[in-house]
Amino acid sequence: MIITTSKPFEEVLKELEGQDKVFIVGCGSCATTCETGGEKEVAEMKARLEAEGKTVTGTVVYEEVCHELNTKRKFRENKEAVEAAEGFLVMCCGAGTQSVREATDKDVHPACDTVFLGNILRQGQFVEKCSLCGDCVLEDFGAICPVTRCHKGILNGPCGGTDGGKCETDREKDCGWTLIYNQLEKLGKLDRFKRIYGLKNWQASMKPGRVIFEKKGEGGE
Amino acid sequence: MTLLFDKHAKPSIQEVMESGTFLVTGEIGPPKGTDIDAMIHHIDLLKDKVHAMNITDNQSSVMRYPSLGTALIILERGGEPNLQVTCRDRNRLAIEADLLFAYTRGVRSVLCLTGDSIPVGDHKEAKGVFDCESVQLLQLISNLEEGKDSGGNELQGGVKFYKGAIVTPEADPIEPQMLKFEKKIEAGAQWFQTQAVYDMDNFKRFMERARKINDKVKICAGLVLLTSMGAIRYMNANVPGVFVPDHLVQEMADAPKGEALNTGIRIMARQIRQCIDEKLCDGVHIMAIGKEDVVPRILEEAGVDITKM
Repeated sequence: MIITTSKPFEEVLKELEGQDKVFIVGCGSCATTCETGGEKEVAEMKARLEAEGKTVTGTVVYEEVCHELNTKRKFRENKEAVEAAEGFLVMCCGAGTQSVREATDKDVHPACDTVFLGNILRQGQFVEKCSLCGDCVLEDFGAICPVTRCHKGILNGPCGGTDGGKCETDREKDCGWTLIYNQLEKLGKLDRFKRIYGLKNWQASMKPGRVIFEKKGEGGE
Repeated sequence: MTLLFDKHAKPSIQEVMESGTFLVTGEIGPPKGTDIDAMIHHIDLLKDKVHAMNITDNQSSVMRYPSLGTALIILERGGEPNLQVTCRDRNRLAIEADLLFAYTRGVRSVLCLTGDSIPVGDHKEAKGVFDCESVQLLQLISNLEEGKDSGGNELQGGVKFYKGAIVTPEADPIEPQMLKFEKKIEAGAQWFQTQAVYDMDNFKRFMERARKINDKVKICAGLVLLTSMGAIRYMNANVPGVFVPDHLVQEMADAPKGEALNTGIRIMARQIRQCIDEKLCDGVHIMAIGKEDVVPRILEEAGVDITKM
């Protein structure tokens, strides 16, 4: 799940300065769960923009705005409203916003900040447990990620800032290394803690990431 | 190989340690800015009173005059520097390059730290690098010493450092901290300075644990000067891994008005004496944090004169 937060409405208004006709895109996937760009939030945004004197030429909410072909299809389906718009306000993650970028040459504006790949604790509560490093080390750490859950991404044990099992940066956050230690101890695998981890390959998922799978069924299967 | 600096005024930390002498080190906190007069005054004041001076590296994630530059100033003034290197602000390339430079300019001792986190400092929106961390940094230096950089490429001339590291006796929980201590030794740490210790009974327990893990590695107690009740309250509430026990809090609270600093000096002198007399550890590292002027008094009260050790 890609976690997003809403930009302040004033900021959104500033982005739209000089553009009176706006088309709003929401996402039926992550942004709906985050309550930043689902049907309800898109309707609210429409009402607020209209109260500010804007014309909302149309709105659309669909699964996976990040799907570029799908986004282009949705734009074709809403041709009239899309063509009438001067700018597009996208209420989902940065991937979705850039998917809209591919579907139009007009101005595209983000309504959200994209914060992390998150786990859902319960409604409205998200935490980051994976930072998409491209070189998964979970096998060695009791399935608790030190790259993400230690603020400094240390691979060899806790820093001196751990305090009662909490992190020096925020006492509301667990020290990832205390969690890893406890987990490995429970599993009887403290030998893994004792092993020195050398320098990590930070280029395993080199920016900008690109993965192209060979089509299944081709060449042998 | 030509070194740009090979006329050290003082023995190295390694030489002091290996002679069996109780090591006494101080600390220089570089200023925020180019006005280095006060820092030079402190260097001149301490250079003959302590065996070596640590130079902090953007301590507490606050940007300051650089540790490497200060190490060179210490050498120029006839002192012995212990270069602190953290992993927060530089990636492996920058750290390696700095270490090559440091070696050619006479730096013989490096203290390897991961570094505080960015949000505790004064550049709160900066990117924390942490390309490597303390254990990997020790390994990286060990590789440089064998003539290889961390990319596996051969160096034209390597380095040689006395590799130091940090351990936190007050860490909670302590078990993972001790495992990391062990890993640091395996990665090449030859000596340790501890994070601040006040509770000497806990420090003794820590030393017993540490000695069981390794009885060869040298360990120096990190001592931070108590200056006021406000500072104690702040440390106990905000500095992880630092704990001032009740009896010292009481001793500071009982100090007459204007006597807090003198009381702090007396407490530290007593702790230094205890470390020496009870042979608790191999040395002490004195952190006076802005009160470097009183370090000679602390040593005098402790009856410590490095020229006679």
